[in-house]
Amino acid sequence: MNALIYTSALGIICLLAEIFNLRKLIIPIAIAGLLAILGTVALDWNADNSIREAALYNMLRADSFSLTFSGLLISLTVLLLMLSTDFYKTEQAKISDYIALILFILAGSLAMASFGNLAMLFLGIEVLSISLYIMAGANKHDKRSNEAGMKYFLMGSFASGLLLFGIALVYGETGSFDIVEIRDFIATHQPTSMLYVGVGLMLMALLFKTGAAPFHYWAPDVYEGAPMFHTAILMTVAKIGAFAAFYRLFSACFIPVMMPFGWVLSIVVALTITVGNLSALVQDSFKRMLALSGVSNAGYLMIAIVTLYGKTDNAVFYYSLAYGMALITAFTIAILVYRSSETESFSGFNGLAKRHPFIAASLTIAMLSLAGIPPFAGFFGKYYIFSEAVRNGRMWLVIIATINSIIGVYYYLKVVFAMYLKESDSNAAPLQIPVIYSVVIAITLTVILAVGLFPSTVLGWL
Amino acid sequence: MSLLMNIFQEIPLHNYLFLSAILFCIGVFGVLLRRNAIIIFMSIELMFNAVNLLLVAFSTYYSDSGGQVFVFFIMAVAAAEVSVGLAILVTIYRNLHSVDIDELKSLKW
Repeated sequence: MNALIYTSALGIICLLAEIFNLRKLIIPIAIAGLLAILGTVALDWNADNSIREAALYNMLRADSFSLTFSGLLISLTVLLLMLSTDFYKTEQAKISDYIALILFILAGSLAMASFGNLAMLFLGIEVLSISLYIMAGANKHDKRSNEAGMKYFLMGSFASGLLLFGIALVYGETGSFDIVEIRDFIATHQPTSMLYVGVGLMLMALLFKTGAAPFHYWAPDVYEGAPMFHTAILMTVAKIGAFAAFYRLFSACFIPVMMPFGWVLSIVVALTITVGNLSALVQDSFKRMLALSGVSNAGYLMIAIVTLYGKTDNAVFYYSLAYGMALITAFTIAILVYRSSETESFSGFNGLAKRHPFIAASLTIAMLSLAGIPPFAGFFGKYYIFSEAVRNGRMWLVIIATINSIIGVYYYLKVVFAMYLKESDSNAAPLQIPVIYSVVIAITLTVILAVGLFPSTVLGWL
Repeated sequence: MSLLMNIFQEIPLHNYLFLSAILFCIGVFGVLLRRNAIIIFMSIELMFNAVNLLLVAFSTYYSDSGGQVFVFFIMAVAAAEVSVGLAILVTIYRNLHSVDIDELKSLKW
């Protein structure tokens, strides 16, 4: 389980490469390094259970959940780095900072996916968030980007304060930061009000970080204001990392106190899905629509936390994989369209199908997958999560979620209508499509289709 | 010195808990009510320091060094966080000539 150390070291190497005038090599080095790290994760995954469990004084735990999520996060970062070659073409002077920050974001999310101690949870969340504050405010001459950075910073550090107070109260109750010791303590002792307040504060902080209602107000503003590529990072690596931490904390640590929090969480989930969906319906900006659909997707994933008693690890991983791949496809195309049309609204996509049929077809597949239409991956992701919820007797939640995913089809298909049915402006310039973007789209589409057609292979990994 | 230590150890744990809860609430209300970004930063620091106090008190109570090590992590992270926050604030001040967060309203529905 040394992926975290290697990733941080790779980030530092990228910073040092600037000194030795190796700017052109930074992205290839980072991609090659990450692929090597992916290899070490795969080796860990194949290793014997007893060897991999006892690593790094239990600060990190290398169970199958953490290893598969590490693999997913590293793969998503590789795809994002491939996109960055072209996105940062005009900003060569800052490239080592950006790439190092992306690697630190990955390091933070790896710590969040595999923590075995609340100290690592805190450090992971902070490494992730501090890098993301910079990424959100990166476009420093643009007022909207400034505003996004500031809002994210204020909300994020407020949430960190809540998380810390929660950790302190849980420590005061149990006398330990280790998640297994805490779980054993809670299981054998009568819980007190101090523990409940502590868990409640940590829950609030994690709802903030995953962007779930009623703490989602920062999410659409930040996602809209940040530069397009950085929004893609925020919505894939950062969101999946935050959710992995959330799920891991409750499944590995607080499962004995889930009873009183189960009802609260169910209501939060219903609220998140509904609010995210209804707000996404009325949006005119593609980016903001994706941001709000990200809120409702966090809600679908949180159904898995409500129904923790079943075997939900598989479903959560499958859903995250489908969601991440579809979003990367969507953002790749959105970056291209934004660059040629200079508008983030749906009208930028008008008549795209006539000019670029393959791009339009790829975006359609990504949108159908996000909307949950079979045979694409998104459908099975929703199906597995919902079926676990039904098995655990949360029928009403599944009914709300299903109605909402039908509403979701409408706004996901809005962009498809714009591409196929509307006429483009006569002076619309054709898109410049770099080769590397086509490669990324090909990879993500292959994964969406393969995982959608053969879901049982992925489900067997955990 | 040992006299002082004795006095500290006679203070019950509850008092530390109440003190840090009060400090934390002052921080929370500062973040929610004040509009000046610098004051909000100070309030966030106050929240972090309330947590530090609480962790040290618990750590002494359990005779476990883990809590005090955690405090060092929090201090380092808080310093990094505020330096990034101040950098963002400087860019905002250059564009808007104000540090009032109510001026930040270009992103809306």
